[in-house]
Amino acid sequence: MSAILESADIDRALKRISHEIIEKNQGLESVVLMGIPTRGAYLANRISLILEELGAKVPVGTLDITMHRDDLRLRPPRPLLPTLMPPGGIEGKHVVLVDDVLFSGRTIRAALDALGELGRPRTVQLAVLVDRGHRELPIRADYVGKNLPTSSKESVRVQLSEIDEIDSVEIVGA
Amino acid sequence: MTFTLKNISLASGLVTNIAIDGTQVLSIGSEIHGDVVDCTGLIALPGLVDLHTHLREPGKEDSETVLSGSKAAAKGGYTALSAMANTSPVADTAGVVEQVYRLGKEAGLCEVFPIGAVTVGLAGERLAELGAMAQSAARVRVFSDDGKCVSDPLVMRRALEYVKSFGGVIAQHAQDPRLTEGAQMNEGAVSSRLGLAGWPAVAEEAIIARDILLADHVKSRLHICHLTTKGGVELVRWAKAQGINVTAEVTPHHLILTDDLVESYDPIFKVNPPLRTNEDVLALRAGLADGTIDIVATDHAPHPTEDKECEWSAAAFGMLGLETALSVVVKTMVETNAMTWEQLANVMSVNPAKIGGYDRQGVPLAAGSPANIVVIDPAQTWQVDKEALSSKSKNTPFHGYVLPTKIVHTVYEGIFVVKNQELTGLKYE
Amino acid sequence: MKSQLLSINDLSTADIHSILSTAAELERITDGPTKKLPTLRGRTVVNLFFEDSTRTRISFETAAKRLSADVINFSAKGSSVSKGESLKDTAQTLQAMGADAVVIRHGSSGAAQRLADSGWISATVINAGDGTHEHPTQALLDAFTISKSFPDRKSDFSGLRVAIVGDILHSRVARSNVLLLSKLGASVTLIAPPTLLPVGVETWPVKISYNMDEQLEEFDVVMMLRIQIERMSNFFFPSEREYSRQYGLNEERLLRMKKSAIVMHPGPMNRGLEISASSADSSRSVIVDQVGNGVLTRMAVLYLLLGGAALTEVGQ
Repeated sequence: MSAILESADIDRALKRISHEIIEKNQGLESVVLMGIPTRGAYLANRISLILEELGAKVPVGTLDITMHRDDLRLRPPRPLLPTLMPPGGIEGKHVVLVDDVLFSGRTIRAALDALGELGRPRTVQLAVLVDRGHRELPIRADYVGKNLPTSSKESVRVQLSEIDEIDSVEIVGA
Repeated sequence: MTFTLKNISLASGLVTNIAIDGTQVLSIGSEIHGDVVDCTGLIALPGLVDLHTHLREPGKEDSETVLSGSKAAAKGGYTALSAMANTSPVADTAGVVEQVYRLGKEAGLCEVFPIGAVTVGLAGERLAELGAMAQSAARVRVFSDDGKCVSDPLVMRRALEYVKSFGGVIAQHAQDPRLTEGAQMNEGAVSSRLGLAGWPAVAEEAIIARDILLADHVKSRLHICHLTTKGGVELVRWAKAQGINVTAEVTPHHLILTDDLVESYDPIFKVNPPLRTNEDVLALRAGLADGTIDIVATDHAPHPTEDKECEWSAAAFGMLGLETALSVVVKTMVETNAMTWEQLANVMSVNPAKIGGYDRQGVPLAAGSPANIVVIDPAQTWQVDKEALSSKSKNTPFHGYVLPTKIVHTVYEGIFVVKNQELTGLKYE
Repeated sequence: MKSQLLSINDLSTADIHSILSTAAELERITDGPTKKLPTLRGRTVVNLFFEDSTRTRISFETAAKRLSADVINFSAKGSSVSKGESLKDTAQTLQAMGADAVVIRHGSSGAAQRLADSGWISATVINAGDGTHEHPTQALLDAFTISKSFPDRKSDFSGLRVAIVGDILHSRVARSNVLLLSKLGASVTLIAPPTLLPVGVETWPVKISYNMDEQLEEFDVVMMLRIQIERMSNFFFPSEREYSRQYGLNEERLLRMKKSAIVMHPGPMNRGLEISASSADSSRSVIVDQVGNGVLTRMAVLYLLLGGAALTEVGQ
């Protein structure tokens, strides 16, 4: 199984996303990143480091969406992952949600609900490393690292060095 | 009717033929008389005698009647049982004991000996008319407030003295009431964890000790019902060594079940006195084997389903026993080599008949002895099914257990009341 | 995790950590303007209370409602429950009503287990206190409260010294706490007059003391239990005054405690008897926090028991 994206590709994609965030928001004032655990949180961290190199520190938080999922009853209960408010909160901010893969859109729907519990951002934007299509809800990403056409039987595996030893994106199984 | 149990083993192991004519054993030996019933591989014992049975009639006929209890007894190999006095009304008058006695005769499946209450209404305050019950048609000799303890020492003393005039015996339910208020199970490690109010061994042993001393003082006969503790066994052992006229019983369930079963909170294991620890069980077995404990008595206590299908503290105390007693004693005492078949016959037939003064019961099998016989198959195991019991109630703690030894035939006064493991419908009139 | 919560024995150490960390996360999530989560929408939780306990019932009710479950309060007290059929009948009624969980409080030890094991009902059974047996969610909320008071420890209590003081014999809170705290590594000392310790307590994983003053300086947590005045009639102790003098947490004792130590009480308190007003209201007291933590802990339990598919539905 060969990787669709390797470490350098992922770095490049995140850099591009970082530039696009600056561009779209005309700077980074009032921008906060909220990563969706587990891998979205690491990606949000990486983006924040790139943004810092580009000259600005943005607050980073994490947003667990478990309690808002609509598929809870399809699987055994899972432990909650941390929700960490970014310093300064999200009220009136431009919140960029960060996740690894955009698929049906249900996770993002749940994330929007979860975010609503925490406050009222000025805008909510979405950054994903991979968009693999097959949306089931009217949701789209503002920043996409890689559009990846897949069949619905395949799955996309994202590995990040923070927890998986290597960086890679691959398509698994049919 | 005349018939011969052919090729049957006696408790001693001797294989022979037992010929029966009418209500008597005609001969034991090579002779064959009348119909032949092949009993190869089976053992004959004198019919079992239960000194402690709750029949619930009069008063709670939905749980058990004299007839249904007699059926259960016959299926369990018993040819005599002793109906405890805690009915409604209480068997504290000649009228009630005669009624139970008559119902037993009508059932005709085993001999039913009513036990009279010691005190009026089992209230522990005034002596019941013990003499009238002794002189009634039921000829009561055993008196007990079982279910309740005769806790007042003066009342107990007077009762022990009074029954001397007609050779009676007081069967004491040893339970200090103050020490067992609200008690639910044996007090110890398990009760501490389960948060159930404890029933200390000392509540039983203190009464046993007191009554032994009283019996010695007034030189009367004392019988201790359902001993459950190691300490109780020690007390009875001491009393016998002093020559005090005391006998003691143990139930089958206290020989095998322990208080950790209560961890299920299933009230099927709720019984008075409570299940104790494994150490107690071993002491009871040793006491039964060495003769400290004289008899096994069932304390057969039927209860309707709703009285057990509830939370622990709301449930009734008691377990069925008649149909499983022999098998449990075989499993715990014979299969463990603690006792021989002859000893088993002593503790389940000969000794209880002696204590109760039951002339035609518990007589070792010999020419001329009454034809009250149980025939068992020691090689056959069976699985207890509460739905298949003859008792009207289903509260056996042994449901699903595989137990040794089947009751094959029960012969009561020369009649096959049970033949080939089934009630025949015949009765002795 | 098992599908019922009847006793702390139903929980592995991993289950306990999962409940405590879930409670901590729930606290963070529900810190904002909206306290309600949609997680248990469409699920029905029945509070089946055979005994009055307004605070426990309200706590479970609040927890269930914050997770958007439908809540039915079924107070069986006063109806004829002495015969026990009504436990069965009530269970079958609740079954017919489609209860997903039954939170049961009952005066009889083992009632929750009886309900769960009987086959009368398929709902998840949660023990909210059974007789003098257990009160597992109280112990969980106490552990959660302790973990918040000692944040460095997370939920590893090894070496933590906890005293539980008072009527151990009749306390379901004590039984659950002994099991739970010792599972988490704490060293538990029971302090009580010998009359209020059960026979058999020597088999518990605890130390025993009859003297409150002996090692008071060494405890990190002092948990006071409610003493019921009616116990006096059964000679458990001679008088309120003597009990209070021997085993009450008064100001003088409070001052002797470690600087970092906390005071707990499951409530309701008898101020002036087992605990003085000044101790209950002192800065060491986390008694009010226990109440709020109760809601979070019960939310965590409800979520972990009801939030996912039943284990059978996913074929595990």
